[in-house]
Amino acid sequence: MGEGRSPAFYWLAAFFALFVLFLYGPMIVIFILSFQGPTGGLTFPLNGVSTHWFERLWHGGGIVDISDAFKRSLELGLVVMILTVLLSLSAGLAFRKRFRGSDLLFYVAVASLIVPSIVTSLGIALEFRLLDDFLKNHGPAWLAGDLKTTMGTFTSGLGAHLTWTLPFGLLVMFAIFNRFDGRYEEAARDLGATPWQTLRYVILPIILPSVIGVGLFGFTLSWDEIARSSQAMGEHNTLPMELQALTTTVTTPEIYALGTATTGVSFAVIALALIAITLIRARQARFGSDAGQA
Amino acid sequence: MTAIADTTSNTAPERTAAAPTAIDRVGVPGWLQAMPFGLVFLFFFVIPLILVVIVSFWDYNDYAMLPSFTTRSYTETFEGCLAQFPDLCTILKTYLSTAKFCFIVWLTTLLIGFTIAYFLAFHVRTVTMQMVLFLVCTIPFWTSNVIRMISWIPLLGRNGLVNLALTRAHIVDKPVEWLLYSPFSVGLAFTHLFTFFMVVPIFNSMMRIDRRLVEAAYDSGASGWQTLWNLIVPLSKPGIVIGSIFVVTIVMGDFITFDVMGGEQIASAGKVVETRLNALQFPPAAANAVILLAVTLLIIVGLNRIVDVRREL
Repeated sequence: MGEGRSPAFYWLAAFFALFVLFLYGPMIVIFILSFQGPTGGLTFPLNGVSTHWFERLWHGGGIVDISDAFKRSLELGLVVMILTVLLSLSAGLAFRKRFRGSDLLFYVAVASLIVPSIVTSLGIALEFRLLDDFLKNHGPAWLAGDLKTTMGTFTSGLGAHLTWTLPFGLLVMFAIFNRFDGRYEEAARDLGATPWQTLRYVILPIILPSVIGVGLFGFTLSWDEIARSSQAMGEHNTLPMELQALTTTVTTPEIYALGTATTGVSFAVIALALIAITLIRARQARFGSDAGQA
Repeated sequence: MTAIADTTSNTAPERTAAAPTAIDRVGVPGWLQAMPFGLVFLFFFVIPLILVVIVSFWDYNDYAMLPSFTTRSYTETFEGCLAQFPDLCTILKTYLSTAKFCFIVWLTTLLIGFTIAYFLAFHVRTVTMQMVLFLVCTIPFWTSNVIRMISWIPLLGRNGLVNLALTRAHIVDKPVEWLLYSPFSVGLAFTHLFTFFMVVPIFNSMMRIDRRLVEAAYDSGASGWQTLWNLIVPLSKPGIVIGSIFVVTIVMGDFITFDVMGGEQIASAGKVVETRLNALQFPPAAANAVILLAVTLLIIVGLNRIVDVRREL
């Protein structure tokens, strides 16, 4: 690499700028259009600026009642986030030791990313349908009596989302432990710490910022998921599914307002995670390791 | 695990309590720690896939699926394929069209993704700047795909900004219709959504290339293009393959982008499964899912072959 900038640099930089415009341009457009005036339509020009469409959305005066789906997606996202962190962390720790079937488990997790989502979703739907049939015909009377379906947001839906978030969680855990300096652990062990103490007071405080990153992945991947949810959610749709259904029916800027609101939640979560990570990093820098300080 | 955690954490900081148990000394065995993770994939991935294969051989009527063994769902899916032979039957046409989308999207995301990754890895000088620019590319990935799709409507629609600009500039007389709800908009949306999946692995591979190799190439008199083609492209191969697998499998199995951006007019391999499901015809849906899975796996295997062959040349 020479001292000055080559002409190639400027071409590539211009290309990069165009790419960023390509990524952000459309999103900025719907952000602006979601503040369309009450008489405005789906395209420019803006007929005044208002929060009319957000209000309609909020009060449910529009075409559908979004607030239920919004709440459901938020709850599901939080549960998925917590489980993704716990299960990926636990599995990440397991992969540092050797255990039987570790290769198989890894390949299954990666396969879950590659198998088309509609196939996984169909499989989960079949599984729960067959389970329903089985319970209705062979289950105990108290259960079979008023059983409608075992499918639901927090049964089949939760499982479907986890098959999508956990592989990412595991890959991030691999990246974390690849960089982890094993000597901290050895030092803890030499000083007489039990494995649990080593985890709680040495490993966790060090990797905490990255673990928050795993949680962030878990939430946002769940929050925006549709393809796997499509057959596996049971009777209640999640927010992105409602949004997709709306694309064919809604002809007002309300859908842009919904898009802006949903994106707002994603960004708020990212911001929270980044702030938490920055604070923890700053604390780590100030105190060094806070091992043993609980 | 929580039970173990509780008993040990009570005694944790000072460790004055009774002698450590066996599990205290050796820690929780790996298979136990991996078990919750593994069980999720057993119940929500492995068993469902097995059920898809089994049910694809079941019979069905208007109301229910009937356990038995029949290839009815497969023969119906390929109905007429032999009879009309020189002409393509519906299912083959659909797969051919989906494969075409795969190829076009793969090519555009690869070219754009590679260029972006190359710029970030080799032309941005400080690590901080690299991370900032990388983050800039990442942020849109955190928003819903549907929102990123509908955000094209005000740009590409009949009264959208692009048509407005074209008519104002007198390039066209009346609004161009093929911009939205067309194969063009589907391809554009795919590129918009998934170029990121190419950038990340290729960037990752490029960051691992030893910079001294590039200097050596430069010192030996290689031109920029020669360095790029003979050094950087081959060494980025793992990233290219991973990114390609991601993009191709996504497009192959997609039904949402085809729906939203194609105005429900364009058939795709993933949509065939969905259509059957909406009609509650589970065995044919499962048969189509098995076919889709088989084709996807074949493409992945083929992709590896192509790239490996090229390395040997």
